[in-house]
Amino acid sequence: MIARRLAAFGRFWWEFVAGDDWRASVQVALAVAVTAGLAAAGVAAWWFLPPAVLVVLYASLRRATRG
Amino acid sequence: MSAVFLVAAAFLASAVEMVEALTIVLAAGISRGFRPALAGVGAAVVVLAALVAALGPALSVIPIGALRVTVGVLLLVFGLQWLRKAILRASGHKALHDEDAIFARELEQARGAGLAGRGGLAGVDPYAFTLSFKGVLLEGLEVVFIVLTFGATQGSIGLAAIGAGAAVVVVAGVGVALRAPLARVPENTMKFAVGIMLTSFGTFWAAEGAGAHWPGGDASLVGVLAVMVAASGALVAALRRRRAPSTEPAAA
Repeated sequence: MIARRLAAFGRFWWEFVAGDDWRASVQVALAVAVTAGLAAAGVAAWWFLPPAVLVVLYASLRRATRG
Repeated sequence: MSAVFLVAAAFLASAVEMVEALTIVLAAGISRGFRPALAGVGAAVVVLAALVAALGPALSVIPIGALRVTVGVLLLVFGLQWLRKAILRASGHKALHDEDAIFARELEQARGAGLAGRGGLAGVDPYAFTLSFKGVLLEGLEVVFIVLTFGATQGSIGLAAIGAGAAVVVVAGVGVALRAPLARVPENTMKFAVGIMLTSFGTFWAAEGAGAHWPGGDASLVGVLAVMVAASGALVAALRRRRAPSTEPAAA
């Protein structure tokens, strides 16, 4: 009973945060990690995230429209 | 400039969620009675207030760098969900959010739920109570999330709360006056704007929290916003050109 409620609680938060497309959420996290890596290496990193986010959005839309 | 974005984003996001919550509460109230529906609203507000009271101070003690990267990633994930749905709706690949249709469906379900549950605990109809409670809690959670993350990252939960509070007053006031779902609110356009704002703020803060330095500091946010607006418009235009029959059902 408790395990089932905990599972439902976890599922609710996963769906609340990750939404319809979990792949996009993972890709966003990876893009931020790459930005952190660039910054840690002393490279200008600000330019990376905006186009990366747009690529993630485009890929997510393609998955949605291909049905 | 950031303060204006902060209040505008909190206002728009809260207004959209309030319109959706109002539709559910009205359906519960009209079909089953306003007493249990408003009791559900009250209970949900208490839970949301407890969440804000618990999480607000906790967020303020997290170092700003760690907070910005965490909040940035969450906002990006959240914003992309909104933007994705908004682009699909604007390009005709997903049915537009229709409060009239949702209201009619909720009303029918509430009326069809039967009278067996009426007069439950303390004479309160549990169906109407639960319907209102869940509707306000779920829509309110998104508002709480946006207000807390925006406010904490910008160092002003108060400003974000003002934006959200103004939306609650406006939508609730109009809803009480009309006693009808606010179908004329340009909800889909507002969702598009909120999606772009959340994604832009998320991109800006996540990059900054990850250690990147934006040229021009906070002024870069306007540039990020402009890029997101232009790219979203281009994506809508591209998807319209290769429009296929709607495959996804309308959802919140």
